[in-house]
Amino acid sequence: MSRPTHQSRIPIYAAVAFAFAMSPLTGHAHLNSTGMGPIYDGLMHFLMSPEDLVPVLALALLSGLRGATFGRRTLFVLPGAWLLGGLAGLAASATNGNAVVSAVWFLLIGGLLALDAKLSLRVTTAIAAFLGLYHGYLNGAGLGLSFPSAAALLGLIFAVFVLVALAAAFVIQLQASWARIAVRVVGSWIFASGLLLMGWAVRSTAMR
Amino acid sequence: MTPTPRHVLARWSGVLAVILFWTESAFAHVQKGEAAGFLSGLKHPVSGLDHVLAMVAVGLWGAQLGAPAVWVLPVAFPMVMAFGGMLGLMGVPLPGIEYGIAASAILLGIAVMFEIRPPLAIAAFVVGIFAIFHGHAHGTELPPGQSGLLYSMGFVIATGCLHGVGITIGTVHRWVWGQRLLRLAGGVVLAGGVYFMWKAIAA
Repeated sequence: MSRPTHQSRIPIYAAVAFAFAMSPLTGHAHLNSTGMGPIYDGLMHFLMSPEDLVPVLALALLSGLRGATFGRRTLFVLPGAWLLGGLAGLAASATNGNAVVSAVWFLLIGGLLALDAKLSLRVTTAIAAFLGLYHGYLNGAGLGLSFPSAAALLGLIFAVFVLVALAAAFVIQLQASWARIAVRVVGSWIFASGLLLMGWAVRSTAMR
Repeated sequence: MTPTPRHVLARWSGVLAVILFWTESAFAHVQKGEAAGFLSGLKHPVSGLDHVLAMVAVGLWGAQLGAPAVWVLPVAFPMVMAFGGMLGLMGVPLPGIEYGIAASAILLGIAVMFEIRPPLAIAAFVVGIFAIFHGHAHGTELPPGQSGLLYSMGFVIATGCLHGVGITIGTVHRWVWGQRLLRLAGGVVLAGGVYFMWKAIAA
């Protein structure tokens, strides 16, 4: 039997290539078909939800302005309260957040940040706890009771932890007075956004 | 063989033609449900010259007055403006809005042109009063069906950036020629204000 020549192999290669070409499977190359997995879904949900993100950022900046002790307290109290609220919410029926309450969080924490309010550690802890419980409960209630939901909640809390750590640490190390003023300007913007959000909420309620 | 310039030109023309004819959809416009709210809000304050002039003038005046006015005025303006916006959204009427907006450009232009230095509280009060007119106008103009929060954030950030532009321009105040330039800019704002007042009266 003669050895196959280079030319005689071409039909075999062509048949293999044809078989591959004719039996395509779904690529799953895009995240809209695969998702990112529940942990990353939770993480991305937090990062893409300004109602959750902005108050957390404001509280992290406020804690950072007050110093390392406040930053550390917020770093652990806020995600902890968020976890507790989330676990309570997982078992609850789905509920939507109230835009007026969201606006109040913007006004409260944004206003305190703009004023560079000299809060005590106890008050800062209480704000972090209430913020975490409220938003965690809403997130948990929206997720529903299932294993992927619990994983999503963990991803979300991880994002809260990382954001607080980064933002608070960034502000703590700021020395220049203009840089600290810039942080307060961000607070005034958050407060202003809260006022407009309040207007939107009232108008939406009146139009119903 | 070394390619001649004509060969090189022909080759690059071919590449360019392939690129031009191998077009794909650009997706350059925001789709429904995307970040239209934020982008619309970001665009809104810069879409009207009357607002732009007044907001930049606040930054210029703050830069002329120096600390703490340089940051008190740009902090006060968005907050009070948002309060005016909230009133507009709630449907609380405010008469003479266009006159108020035009007057803001006139008075802020005069303040920058003559480098008027009132006490900080009075400067903040003047800026705050005008901010209510600007905010109310924006509040009543807000389009329906947009994401309220994202729109608001974009709107406030754009306003703050306009103040930042004014403050940045105002840093030339340390030089004599810069002080003259700022006074000239105040004159431009004043002229714009007079034009908008004329338009408001004629309307």
